[in-house]
This record gives sequence, C-alpha cells and structure tokens, in this order.
Amino acid sequence: MSLPGASGGAGSMLELRDVTAGYGAFTALWNVSLRVQAGEAVAVVGPNGAGKTTLMRAISGMIPIRAGELVFEGASVGGRPAHEIVARGIAHVPEGRRIFPALTVADNLRMGAFLPAARRRYAESLERVFGLFPVLAERRAQRAGSLSGGEQQMLAVGRALMSCPRLILLDEPSMGLAPVMVLRLFDLIQRVRAEGYTILVVEQNVRQVLKIVDRAYLLEVGRIRTEGAASALAQEDFVRKAYVGL
Amino acid sequence: MIDPIFLLEAAINGILLGGILALLALGLNLIFGVIDIVWIVYVDLVMLCMYVLYFTNQVYGWPFWLAALAALAVGAGLGVAVHVLVISPILASPPINQLLATGGLLFFIQSFATFLWTTDHRSVRFSLPSFEVGGIFLPATRLIPFGISILAMLALYLFLTRTFMGTAMRAVAQDREAMALMGADPRRIYVMTSAVGGLMAGLAGTLLVFQYSVHPFFGGQFGPLTFMICVLGGLGNMVGAFVASFIMSEIISIAGVIWSTEMGYVIAFVVFIVMMFIRPGGILARSE
Repeated sequence: MSLPGASGGAGSMLELRDVTAGYGAFTALWNVSLRVQAGEAVAVVGPNGAGKTTLMRAISGMIPIRAGELVFEGASVGGRPAHEIVARGIAHVPEGRRIFPALTVADNLRMGAFLPAARRRYAESLERVFGLFPVLAERRAQRAGSLSGGEQQMLAVGRALMSCPRLILLDEPSMGLAPVMVLRLFDLIQRVRAEGYTILVVEQNVRQVLKIVDRAYLLEVGRIRTEGAASALAQEDFVRKAYVGL
Repeated sequence: MIDPIFLLEAAINGILLGGILALLALGLNLIFGVIDIVWIVYVDLVMLCMYVLYFTNQVYGWPFWLAALAALAVGAGLGVAVHVLVISPILASPPINQLLATGGLLFFIQSFATFLWTTDHRSVRFSLPSFEVGGIFLPATRLIPFGISILAMLALYLFLTRTFMGTAMRAVAQDREAMALMGADPRRIYVMTSAVGGLMAGLAGTLLVFQYSVHPFFGGQFGPLTFMICVLGGLGNMVGAFVASFIMSEIISIAGVIWSTEMGYVIAFVVFIVMMFIRPGGILARSE
C-alpha cells in the first residue's frame, strides 16, 4: 500500500509523520516521524523521559495524537481508540507488562484473544504461543502474578500474540529483569520475529537491543535525534558514550 | 442469663440474614471492582425492584414467579440506565464527583418514590410454613431467600470464573487499560457489568420482600450496611465482602437478642470503625 516514490521503498507497514503527543499541558513528543517496513525489527532507543513510552501509547491509541499522521497498512489510524487499533493488527505489550495478576496464565492468554476474529483462531494461536514459550504451557493453571519477572514478560508477549497481530509494539521488555533473563528474552524476541511478526521495540538496554534489530531511531527529549541501521548506530560515538556504556 | 437456645437461634438467623446481605454486597462490589465507582444508590435500586414486585404481584395479581422475573428485568434495566445516563458522562471526573452524582440520584429516587407512592409501608404477603427444629423456629420466608441467595452467588462465581465475559470483567477490574489493549471496548464491559449488578439488585429485592415491607426510605435501612460490608471486606474483594456479610449479620443478630436490634447496629458500626483502624484495606487484605 506504499505510495510510489515514497522513501524506503515498498511495504511500509507503519508510518508516523510529524506526530506530536503528550499528556494534558505537557508535550512529550514533537514532530516525530518514523517508519517500520513489514517484516522489519526496529528499535527506538533513548534515555529515561525521552518520550519512548509516550510514542508507543500514541501508536496504540492509548493517548490521542495532537498533530501529525499515523498510518498503518495504508489507512490513517490516528485518533482511533486502543481497542480499534488492536483490531487492525497492532498489539502493544505495555511497559511494566501489565498482565492480569489474579487470572491464571491460561485466562490471560484467553483475554489476549478477546477480539472475535482472534477468538476464532484461539486454538491455533495458543499452540504457537506455547511453542514459543513452553514455560507458559507448564504454568497455564497458575496465577499469573505468581510467575517470575521473565515469565511474566513472556506471558505479556504471548498474550499480545493471541490477538493475531502483524505488528508488535514492545515497551521496555527488559525492564526489571536479571541480566541473564534479559539475554534470554532478547533471544525469544528474535524467535518471535522469525515467525513473521514485525516488531517495534523501545529499550533502554541499547547495547542488547541494537544486536537484534535492523534499524533504530534515537529519541531525545521528545525528538528523533538520529536514525540508521542498528550496526551503524551502535558505532556512532555519542550513542556509544551516552547509552552503550563502552 | 439468656437461654442458649435463643443465642443459637440468633446465630442461625444471623446466617440467614448474612446470605441476603452478601448478595447485596457482591452486587455493589462487582460494580465497584470493574467500573471503580461506588453506587451509593445501589440499595435504592433494590427498593424500586421491591415496588415492582409489590405492584405486579399484590396489585395486578401476577403470579409471584412472573413478578420476580419483572423485578429482575427492571433491575437489569435500571443498572444499565444508571450507567448510561449518570455514570458514563462523568467517567473521567474526579471520584468525589462520581460519588456525589450517585448520591444525588439516591435522593432523587427517594423523593420521587415518596411522591409517587407516599411513605406507606407495603408488603407482599406470603402464606409459607415455619419449621421447628429442636425448639428453634425456621420460617420459610427466611430459608427460601437464603437458599436462593446462596445459589445466585454460586452462579455469579461460576459466571466470573468460567465464562469468557465474566473473566473479561475480572480482567477489567485488575487493569482496565491493559484490557483495552486486548481489543476490549471498556464501555461495553461497563454496560454488561452494570446490567449484571442491576440484575443482582432485582434478585435481592425479590428476596427481601419475603421479610421486609417496602417504603421509599428502604435504602436507608440497608444501604449504609451494604456499603460498610464492602469496605470491611475490602472494596472490590468479593470473598472479603462475602465473609464480612456474615460477620456483620451475626453481630447484629446476636446483639439483637442480648440487647436490642438497635444496639446490634451500634455495635456493628463500632466494629466497622475499629476495623478501619486495624485493617484499613479490609479483613482479607494481604499485608503488602
């Protein structure tokens, strides 16, 4: 559905054009433009308070956008409420995981398939999720709140997959996880991607995330500061100094 | 000294009363848990459903089961109406405004009921037997409502844990934003919840007419008690409300036999206030 001559070539799945968004009187994002091609894994990195979570929330319809355009698969989706955005094929794994702690693992996954279209493919989706995250199958009858942090993050991703999305937004998936778990999780994200999902991930763990994505954007105080191939961005001096810790 | 048989009878009556209080408390708690708003007006909706029963059964001569169905339908309808007309427009307002709005609705309903039906007490008359077991009288007008109430709560439990919509309601209660990310329109779930809560008000009204006459200020009799049970059990905590119902009903019933019913209420409210200091999160709150 991409326009002829549009930069980036064919298959632009998600495109933000000069998006401005915020909370109340506070503007957290200023004229942010970015694009994600179908099949790509793209990261948005940046320090705390750069507006990364706001960006994710604006895309998934949890907060309205004030200006600019949000296009998903050729249709303008800016201003649509969150439950409609999911129905279009964008699943948002929110910051802090936000699983339903008092529900069982199985019920969490069942809720992931809330949409009628997703409910029809429930069995098939469940099999895929259990294939990716076997630990969820083992713990399906357990209360989700009793899972470890890493397992909860897997559940949050698995629950998002249950809605049969094409694009997955991951907000700080490594937050609060032990270093060894972070590595495992990034490995799992790569496997999710290998299943054919397009991924847009926001991370503070810049060094790790740049290893698993194709391209990345650097967001600072609500503005895109630079963008480029992940490998190139990792070599840039200021990125290395500021975020990679080398 | 009081004959132990009276204390035993009071304890049994306490259990029977507790069953009805629990039904009221669970209805209020369900709505609070999911929508995050306390319907101060809840027992006044119960009162309207009792009037439905009184008029359809006693005045128009409908059979009781049909009158009960009408009360349930009116209850569910009232639940939806309260949500759509009063709650929905102020969902984003501060909680105090929402509380005051449902409080205003309470006075509106009380006044309007007084205007329509005067302050006369009206009763649905039953000719049901009493059973005597070992010197204790068990009237069917208490046993039947208790039994139905327990069955209804069991049905609610199964609905919330075994059905898709019930699970979705619990999920919204835990994290409404996350549920929107699952593709659920929270507004739809709120309307569903209000309908179920209203249905429970209709059922509570149906069961209350077995023992109580209806009048416009009926809500004053059970409203504060219901609210306090919910707080005592931990607002939104269904198991806590269930347990708290029986604690309160036993206090009222046993103190009622030893001193008087009024004293029973005094003690129940003192216990409530003391518990607010000791366990402000409710009796079953985890210490975390």
